[in-house]
Amino acid sequence: MPYDRPEREIPAVRLAEIADLATPLGPVERLRTSLGFWRLVVLVVLALAWEGYGRWIDNDLLFPTLGETLYALWAATVSGVLPMRIFASLRLLITGYAIGLAAAALFTTLAMSSLVGRAALSTLTAMFNPLPAVALLPLALLWFGLGGPSLIFVIVHSVLWSVSLNAYAGFGAVNQTLRMVGWNLGIRGWRHVALILVPAAFPAILSGLKIGWAFAWRTLIAAELVFGVSSRSGGIGWFIYENRNQLDIASVFAGLLVVIAIGLLIEGLIFRLIERVTIQRWGVGV
Amino acid sequence: MAVSTPLLSVDAVTLQYRVPGRLVTAVHDVSFELLTGDRFVILGPSGCGKSSLLKAIAGFGMPSAGSFRLNGVPITRPGPDRMMVFQDLDQLLPWQTVAGNVVSALRRAAGLSRVEAERRAAAMIGRVGLAKFAGAYPHTLSGGMKQRAALARALALRPAMLLMDEPFAALDALTRSTMQRELLDLCLDMELTVLFVTHSVEEALLIGTRILVLSAHPGQVRAEFQGLGPDASPAAKDHLKQRIETLIMAGSLPHAV
Repeated sequence: MPYDRPEREIPAVRLAEIADLATPLGPVERLRTSLGFWRLVVLVVLALAWEGYGRWIDNDLLFPTLGETLYALWAATVSGVLPMRIFASLRLLITGYAIGLAAAALFTTLAMSSLVGRAALSTLTAMFNPLPAVALLPLALLWFGLGGPSLIFVIVHSVLWSVSLNAYAGFGAVNQTLRMVGWNLGIRGWRHVALILVPAAFPAILSGLKIGWAFAWRTLIAAELVFGVSSRSGGIGWFIYENRNQLDIASVFAGLLVVIAIGLLIEGLIFRLIERVTIQRWGVGV
Repeated sequence: MAVSTPLLSVDAVTLQYRVPGRLVTAVHDVSFELLTGDRFVILGPSGCGKSSLLKAIAGFGMPSAGSFRLNGVPITRPGPDRMMVFQDLDQLLPWQTVAGNVVSALRRAAGLSRVEAERRAAAMIGRVGLAKFAGAYPHTLSGGMKQRAALARALALRPAMLLMDEPFAALDALTRSTMQRELLDLCLDMELTVLFVTHSVEEALLIGTRILVLSAHPGQVRAEFQGLGPDASPAAKDHLKQRIETLIMAGSLPHAV
């Protein structure tokens, strides 16, 4: 005998009664599942471990405690030395970054508009991408002398290739339909580039900007460390180098903290913000 | 309607495109005339060059022989008088909202002021049933809504003819039949002239007032039929469907690809 399953129909009104589809989570539950909270916990544990280990070995020449480091940071900030160093580093960085971007825009335009330009871009990127920018510093010092221009040259070199490579790839990957939509609306020439291609390729361009920034920042600190430039105009790298020579290790640690903090600030705050109002809102890219 | 000249005349058009090492003929010696008020359907199997033909009429690429004339004037480049709705669900600018897409199209292509563009955009977005989603970004919309928004953008520009390249092919069956019916309503309401490309015989019969059947590899005109009205008998519809299906089957048999 077949198993009996009666047909059924339930009035739609009764189904609609269950209105509460989403229940908000309690504060504890929310904290427990928040990455930010656990990162804070990790930071606190690290800080405690640092302080504990520093006190235990009790040797501020090798490993100053967190307290000593923070004090050195405070002292260097109040005396005005550290802000001056930070300013010097950022000024060089921004100058180099801007020049690098302008050059990348030029290169990408050339690559977009001709086969020769494309060949030039792909060959040059293939050549210079594996070459650490710092390796060019001895030459740069020879050409531009000891000081800002040499560092800017090296930063430009570290930004230019990654940004133009990414931007070029991004333009190439723009959906053909979107291009046609632009033309269909009668948008042609440079307006087509500015109104359609650039926003459509923006995820790739932004990722190029991020990589370029990361290269530039590391290159700058490394270059400042190796070649102190002149002490008057030196940056954070120079601050670290100088204090190591004076065996003020707490200040060395303070300098490293500043390098980390600025890196985090720009990557985690500025670029995050740009991502949030662009590619995240548009639902493209990552 | 007393129309003495066709809105669009396609005269002995051959389309070819280059692939590495070869020149491929997509469409060979195709001619037809489209009148104002037509819902002209180009029907054919995949690979018959119907999409290439539509894109060439839109002005993307020139024919290697023959000519396209819009109101007697040769078509040389794309323009907002022939707005296209693509099959691709990603045809809205993702960095603009639904309203932003329509408004910017009106401002760029029709040169309207912001106020006027916003007014016309809102009306058109309401007309396709997206009023609640005017402020939404495209990635938050379903496939059907995206196509509605693309349709609103195209219609807001009041093109001389609307070009549709299998606009519902990427949608699920239920959404597709809803959209077909809504398009038909819009066409009757706004007295649109549409050039519609599809591989579905049902869709062609439902939408078309005139049906051009192309054969495959390369696309050549196989037949041209007058469409059936909505009040035609099921028997008449079945009969026409059979005739078209036979034509398409016969065309695809000898060429084993």
